[in-house]
Amino acid sequence: MSRIHVTATVNGDPVEFLADPRETLLDALRNHLDLTGTKEGCGTGDCGACSVTVDGTLVCSCLMLAAEANGKRVETIEGMARDGLHPLQRKFIEHAALQCGFCTPGILVAAKALLERNPDPSETEIRYWLAGNLCRCTGYDKIIRAVQDAAAEMRQDHRGAA
Amino acid sequence: MPKDTGIGASSKRREDIRFLTGRGVYTDDLALHGQTHAVFVRSTVAHGRIRSIDTTKAAAMPGVLAVFTGEDFKDVGGNPAGWLINSRDGTPMREPKRPVLAYGKVRHVGDAYAAVVAETYAQARDAAEQLAADSEIEELPAIIDMKAAVADPSNRVHDEIPDNLCFDWGWIEDNRAAVDAAMKAAPHVVTLELVNNRLVPNAMEPRASIGEYNPGTGDYKLTTTSQNPHLTRLLVAAFVLGIPENKLQVVAPDVGGGFGSKIYHYGEEALVLAAAKKLGRPVRWTAERSESFLTDAHGRDHVTKIELGCTKDGQILAIRTETLANVGAYLSNFSTATPTFLHGTLMAGPYKVPHVYVNVKTVFTNTAPVDAYRGAGRPEATFSLERVIDKMCRELNLDPFEVRRKNLLTPDQFPYTTPVGLVYDTGNYHATLDRVMAMADVAGFETRAAESKKRGKLRGMGLSTWIEACGIAPSHLVGVLGSRVGLYDAATVRVNATGNISVMTGAHSHGQGHETVFAQIVAEKLGIPESSVEIVHGDTAKIPFGMGSYGSRSLAVCGTAMAKAVDKIIAKGKKIAAHMLEASEGDITFENGKFQVAGTDKAKTFGEIAFSAYVPHNYPLETLEPGLEETAFYDPANFTYPAGAYICEVEVDEGTGKVDVVAFHCADDFGNVMNPMIVEGQVHGGVGQGIGQALCEFTAYDETGQLLTGSYMDYPMPRAEDVPFYNVDYSCQTPCTHNPLGVKGCGEAGAIGSPPAVVNAVIDALHRGGHTHVKHIDMPVSPSRVWAAINGQGG
Repeated sequence: MSRIHVTATVNGDPVEFLADPRETLLDALRNHLDLTGTKEGCGTGDCGACSVTVDGTLVCSCLMLAAEANGKRVETIEGMARDGLHPLQRKFIEHAALQCGFCTPGILVAAKALLERNPDPSETEIRYWLAGNLCRCTGYDKIIRAVQDAAAEMRQDHRGAA
Repeated sequence: MPKDTGIGASSKRREDIRFLTGRGVYTDDLALHGQTHAVFVRSTVAHGRIRSIDTTKAAAMPGVLAVFTGEDFKDVGGNPAGWLINSRDGTPMREPKRPVLAYGKVRHVGDAYAAVVAETYAQARDAAEQLAADSEIEELPAIIDMKAAVADPSNRVHDEIPDNLCFDWGWIEDNRAAVDAAMKAAPHVVTLELVNNRLVPNAMEPRASIGEYNPGTGDYKLTTTSQNPHLTRLLVAAFVLGIPENKLQVVAPDVGGGFGSKIYHYGEEALVLAAAKKLGRPVRWTAERSESFLTDAHGRDHVTKIELGCTKDGQILAIRTETLANVGAYLSNFSTATPTFLHGTLMAGPYKVPHVYVNVKTVFTNTAPVDAYRGAGRPEATFSLERVIDKMCRELNLDPFEVRRKNLLTPDQFPYTTPVGLVYDTGNYHATLDRVMAMADVAGFETRAAESKKRGKLRGMGLSTWIEACGIAPSHLVGVLGSRVGLYDAATVRVNATGNISVMTGAHSHGQGHETVFAQIVAEKLGIPESSVEIVHGDTAKIPFGMGSYGSRSLAVCGTAMAKAVDKIIAKGKKIAAHMLEASEGDITFENGKFQVAGTDKAKTFGEIAFSAYVPHNYPLETLEPGLEETAFYDPANFTYPAGAYICEVEVDEGTGKVDVVAFHCADDFGNVMNPMIVEGQVHGGVGQGIGQALCEFTAYDETGQLLTGSYMDYPMPRAEDVPFYNVDYSCQTPCTHNPLGVKGCGEAGAIGSPPAVVNAVIDALHRGGHTHVKHIDMPVSPSRVWAAINGQGG
């Protein structure tokens, strides 16, 4: 089967690779671009470990074909820290909102997408938004608190900047 | 004033930076030159006889490098059970061989009977599908239900085991007559039959293994998702493949959760090593989630009848249990210890109960192997006990708090020898009970219940007081109980010439934060910054020895080994300092990182002593070796006994049967706490899993042995919306009396104490709503089960 030439922007960098037509975006990120921060927890879109954004939309990269990323802007966990850690990353450390770390990249990408849509989510809104991301270690408590705390800080910074 | 560094500080987790930035390195993240891909051919039937496997077509497919079947491994060893359990009549357990790949028969859906290795994953998978099509397997009737398995001796999981029983164990058999007599004489007897539901551990990282072999040296390397690389090395090298241990390096890099399921050696690990040797190239395999569901060792799966004899005012006189425990198709490494010595020995709970007898029949079925899952046996014991006590309170119209208070051991009774073979060294169970009642505002419950009622919800409150034995384990004791391994641990503390430190520990961190906590302890003891200490784990080539992390043993056992190695460093440092300061060794003190001649200002810093050990120009070389590196092995004198009291509040929707956990309070006694922030996280995670077991999780096999809950669409994992914030307290501290850190362990607490608190709360809510006919609902207490119970169907 002939391969498909894909060009895209990943974390701000132009990339190109040859994708098998059946290959998922997740496999392309991990195997062609060496971006192994995005994880496969289930391969069926049920656990959220493979969360990335494509043109700003949160997707499970295990459910999207690599070829579909052609011409798109993809953001992964590796692109999250710019000029130092993102407030979510800092708050995750402060609250110890992770343990084994396997689900963490997906949760951070998903939480960032939430805060970009809704800078002031309620606890319930955070829990529902992150319901697509499974974590077996933390019982979610510290994750929710870290997201609340990061949101508060980002709102503060936003007001300070305005 | 909380400390900001060292023991007791909530130091931030140093491992987090790599995880938060996508720089963690888990097994599947490794790419190796020349790597090949293995795919396993797994049984689609629960029970079948392999008639033929024709490998011709698969072997000739593009990219295929090798095809293996069970016949190829017939002559190597089996994956052994780690504990020998004897039946009540003294006969040893039945121990069928667990081969690398099944031959002769397949015994559960997912049982691997062949494997293909190819250049690419897709090629291996295509060939594995061809091989499945070219295999003739005669389906046999599946043995799924435990009671039926024992009742029908004609149908056998293992042809040589006539009644599908692994063993029939009594604990303690000599006490049986006395327990029977006490039960008969008791003024009141409460009986409860319950199911401890089968769970799939579901670490978020699926199992993965990479085998390597260097034909030039004969060295093997296995990179694998393990909680205990040394144990895996022992099993795969000495028992299965017959490789000398010094020719096999086992590395467990970042591991994405385990919860027990990654303690065990699995056949895939042996296959990738054997295939790597055959091909001279790395061979990798990563489980798909469906393979994890089908083949990771499952947890729990007990069917229990518990009887409790008591006085009319709730004094417990005797406890007797009969349990059927499912081991699945093969014996996984700890599977025989979990329902016995990790379960029966805890059946007295934190109570003063004079008579206890436990009977466990362990049954082979055509299902995935069952083994230790977070808590392992202790959650099963706690659930049975706390549910039957709750039932006693309802039958006799007694207050559950007062009943606990009446029966809990008191601080003056320690050390306390239980009737089931343990010696609890210390505790204060009334303190945790008082604490949790204050945290939960028990007095304000009626107001909250009234408020819930206004919103159309039934509110209930459930209590559980729990204990566990962890810090696994004193070797002499477990040896008597049938363990085939010692359960000590080891650490090496290497002080480098410039004074920074590498600690090689036998513990393995797969989420627990050892890299942070262990560094806090070493830094505190040596009076140096935490940042000067590096914790190395998960590599048999770097670490002296270790039995790994499970059973809340990391800190109590591995941490103690580390603390003892640090003590040896200090002792040697004193000798060096005595020479350099021209004083006698006995006059040297060590405090805050300084070796000092007592009563003088003559002192050397820790860094100066370290440097002198490696540049020994002014050094007692005649009597002391240069260098500063010490190893300690530590075997605990006893188990440790964390304990606590949990209160759960639920709201039940009568119309739908939906249960919401609206509050969860934990008062635990873990002894001394090294890092409160990490301890909280451990409790949160355990409670999250416990709520998952109580309300959501259920592993369903149909009568033909097909796993109906084999994906996240079918197996309801607790999600962020399903759980509340947890209210956690660890201020009641009775330090462990037999390890120098005074620590007990906190990893399993939440999963042990929470399920009965949740179920007790649901029953309480239903009774308050007038549904007093509901005596019990089996877990998971799902909406359909609650609705059925309310409406008189079951329950």
